Amino acid sequence: MSHANSAKKIINNPLKCADELFEGLVLAYDGKARRVGTRSIVMNDLRPDAPALLVGGGAGHEPIYHGLIGKGMADGAAVGEIFAAPPPDIVLEATQAVNRGKGVLFLYGNYAGDVMNFDIGAELAAEEGITVKTVIINDDVCSAPPTDKGKRRGVAGLVPITKIAGAAAATVDSLDELARIAQKAVDNTRTVGVSTKPGSIPATGKPTFELADDVIGLGMGIHGEKGVGLIPMCTADELAAKILDLLFGDDLALNAGDEIIFFVNSLGSTHMMELLILLRGAKPILEARGIKIHQTIVDNIVTCQEMAGVSFSITKLDAELKKLWDMPCESVGYTKL
Amino acid sequence: MSKASLSKDEVKAMLILACERIIAAEPMLSEADRNLGDGDHGLGMQRGMTAAKEKLEAAEVESIEKAFSTVGMAMMSSMGGASGAIFGTFFRNGGKALAGKDSFDAAALAAFLKAGVDGVKQRGGAAVGDKTCVDAMEPAANKAAEVAESSLSEAIQAVTDATVAGKDASKAMIAKFGRAKTLGEACIGFPDAGACSVVVIIEAFRDFIAA
Repeated sequence: MSHANSAKKIINNPLKCADELFEGLVLAYDGKARRVGTRSIVMNDLRPDAPALLVGGGAGHEPIYHGLIGKGMADGAAVGEIFAAPPPDIVLEATQAVNRGKGVLFLYGNYAGDVMNFDIGAELAAEEGITVKTVIINDDVCSAPPTDKGKRRGVAGLVPITKIAGAAAATVDSLDELARIAQKAVDNTRTVGVSTKPGSIPATGKPTFELADDVIGLGMGIHGEKGVGLIPMCTADELAAKILDLLFGDDLALNAGDEIIFFVNSLGSTHMMELLILLRGAKPILEARGIKIHQTIVDNIVTCQEMAGVSFSITKLDAELKKLWDMPCESVGYTKL
Repeated sequence: MSKASLSKDEVKAMLILACERIIAAEPMLSEADRNLGDGDHGLGMQRGMTAAKEKLEAAEVESIEKAFSTVGMAMMSSMGGASGAIFGTFFRNGGKALAGKDSFDAAALAAFLKAGVDGVKQRGGAAVGDKTCVDAMEPAANKAAEVAESSLSEAIQAVTDATVAGKDASKAMIAKFGRAKTLGEACIGFPDAGACSVVVIIEAFRDFIAA
């Protein structure tokens, strides 16, 4: 089989990437998690009689979502094909495996395929007598106006959201309480991303979108969804200011004295060097507004293959969210001591 | 010599032809999606129809209903994504409307398409004009209802024409779903990839019936 593969991906079979990365992910958990059914991964040693947290989505964005299962994180994940939501039977097998009699919270990003497949999965679970609640992540500021949040996509803010929901899943006793906290984390989180180069589809080697060499896609989604427009290439400090302007312009009130989680994410190939330079540019702008960073994350966690670009996510903390944030967590994708 | 109506084994053979046509159309469907989406629609459809063909060929079909629902279940399970849920629902719901039928005629075609597109609209929330597969499915279902008293070969030709016209009409639309919705007017001029898949499937039905 010949495939033009300009990304020079180190793979075996372009059509088997989702299955093979999944098998590798199970190995990366060193026996702390196991494969369930077709393509679900579930932690061993789950807290008994507790509500469960299930995440999931398409593959190809590693380490999310399936790399966010762990202690103090999600209990399990339903994994789809590359860039495609997991089908309902995979959602069901994961749901059955994480359920401990107290029901299951589905937490995933707002994409049509994910919503349809998780909804069908929830219907199948209901037929098996399992209670399911759903909280949909929609932190992408540039994907729709604040008056139309139902159309906003879920992007990098899913990391602090899953961390907080995971801490809640480790402590609360009811599904309603878990869903309430997860929804609060969603409501308090906003992300703005930018892109400088597309990723590619492993099976075809073709780029997921086109972008000229001298521009930045401002507000672009993680699959190259169009954002608010193209801007000329600029310096890190200028870009940090533009991204923060969009975040401050949204409907999450950020006032002097507020404490936030500040997450600088690479979409794949953008280097840690650039992330750190951007962080350096963002910090004085946040300080000037009196906003206190409770914790900074600088990492590659929400990616789209070798796509280049970054996102800033802000999660505003209140006393409850801060307490949950401060609990330790451990997963392949994100660990906090 | 066209067929007046199809037995369950002929329906199975027709569905296998549709699977083969989609599998072969992968490059065209992926290219169509690259203009509007992330360019993997053809791969997903190919994966789904490969699984459906294997399931159909693996065993005798018990009924016409079961032949269609086998395709739907295989697509839904193997594809995932929006396309898996949508095309899986189309074949499963459409198949349910054929429960108890032992021959597939123009009335059965109409019942299949109506139930199929109704299921898709309910699951995904799309309507005609949103630049989705519904833009091909709904005109197909409407035309099939009009010609439900005709011969199967006349009906499927009329339905094919309506499906193609629906797909072509999607070129002028601004997308309201999926990644294409973020493109605004930039998506004008390209047909919806899902609608292209519907055309491939319906044309396969027509060619099988006409053969």
